[in-house]
Amino acid sequence: MVPVCPTSALPPGEAIRVTDGVPAPIAVFNVDGEFLAIDDTCTHQDASLADGWLEGCEVECPLHASCFDLRTGMPSGPPAKAPVRTHPVTVVDGTVHVQVGGAAEGAA
Amino acid sequence: MTATVAVVGASLAGLSAARALRARSYDGRVVVIGDEVHAPYDRPPLSKEFLAGTYSLEDLVLGTAADEALDLDWRLGTAAVGLDRATRSVRLADGSEVRADGVVLATGARARRLPGTEGLAGVHVLRSLDDAVALRADLLAAGHLVVIGAGFIGAEVASTARALGLDVTVVETQPVPLAGPLGARMGGVCAELHADHGTRLLAGTGVARLVGRTRVEAVELADGRRLPADVVVVGIGAVPNVEWLAGSGVTLEAGVRTDARCATNVPGVVAVGDCASAWSPDAGRAVRVEHWTHALEQPTTAVATLLGTDPGTRPTVPYFWSEQYGRRIQFAGTRRDGDDVRVVEGSCADRSFLAVYERDGQPVAVLGVDQPRLFTRWRRQLRSAEPATPLTA
Repeated sequence: MVPVCPTSALPPGEAIRVTDGVPAPIAVFNVDGEFLAIDDTCTHQDASLADGWLEGCEVECPLHASCFDLRTGMPSGPPAKAPVRTHPVTVVDGTVHVQVGGAAEGAA
Repeated sequence: MTATVAVVGASLAGLSAARALRARSYDGRVVVIGDEVHAPYDRPPLSKEFLAGTYSLEDLVLGTAADEALDLDWRLGTAAVGLDRATRSVRLADGSEVRADGVVLATGARARRLPGTEGLAGVHVLRSLDDAVALRADLLAAGHLVVIGAGFIGAEVASTARALGLDVTVVETQPVPLAGPLGARMGGVCAELHADHGTRLLAGTGVARLVGRTRVEAVELADGRRLPADVVVVGIGAVPNVEWLAGSGVTLEAGVRTDARCATNVPGVVAVGDCASAWSPDAGRAVRVEHWTHALEQPTTAVATLLGTDPGTRPTVPYFWSEQYGRRIQFAGTRRDGDDVRVVEGSCADRSFLAVYERDGQPVAVLGVDQPRLFTRWRRQLRSAEPATPLTA
């Protein structure tokens, strides 16, 4: 498990990009108090999804507007074709932790 | 008899229309006609990653596994050559005919060529996958590239070619590149990227002729200067592919003329994407938009019109992006001359900034250079601020 930040540093509607201690950057989102994590890099082109727009449980890529479901990692329309991986998040003593290695549901 | 919709054009707008038909539970036959032999592919990378060699053919494919369930009847490699408005049938170049109850015109646009350069080797335009394959092969063997036109395609090709190690000169007729889409001040700022990366920009300079017998050797400028060139790329805009509709009764006016809901003057025929000139309530005139996001989103409206259902889409604002010399340029909104431009984050000198265009004190457009996070917030704000506008022409 990789510590990310105190819960107070990630208010609802915000996202943080995790690069330390992970093989590839991970984006952690606060969706109305629930913390969800996916791969940070859009599967379409190199863009940071933590820079994207959070709407409900979806994030829109800041470059080309691909949307990904934060629970499943699935893209909801073009241009992205491939899902991003999702990662379990836990809160321990007021600190958000992410566990690397979740699977992309759509990836066979 | 099963109902049929013919989608004429198999690029992003055509594919989006086919997807939208099925998303709205249309269960008739959907025939997708394309003049290229390739299945739908993404064009923006053709001047960037694909030209650079970092994207493969597979990376360009737009279709997904989910598209296989759409049960589309593909007619690729066969151009549409005519439309009969009475029977709504589309005639194809191979002599066959597709009779349809509804027709989606999505034939796109083609690159404008420099007159008199046909048959001269080394002279390229960039629009299609085949164009990109041919250009890349030529660039890899070349030393000097001259790009005619400093619009987005020209600037992106120049950027990619510099990264491939070529000596690059860009020639632009207008005194300031990109002044149309970005305004003179910000067009000038973005044009400075060329000099930053060793590309010569000659703005306010016309081209007299291309020199060379069978293969281009130089570009001669209006002022008499000669630029040696192994390869020339002509990026001077695009022309809508609508000639095939001449005599069909469909109104053509700088593209297929439609109302704001994509309907043409012919019942059961709608038009989308680069070939369509749609009434814009905001602009107060018909506008032909060539941007990727437009080709992605507009077919939802067109299909709703065709099927007689409520489009029910959230309002969008025009959006486009470019990538040059590793910088991400993003623009959203509708700019006019006279808008105030204010840099609200970063600085132009650092080539990382966000500029807001204001009219009567209200933000109407936003330009971001290497500011994707902030740009996205502004883009969404512009979208939510968009007033409800009447859609009738």
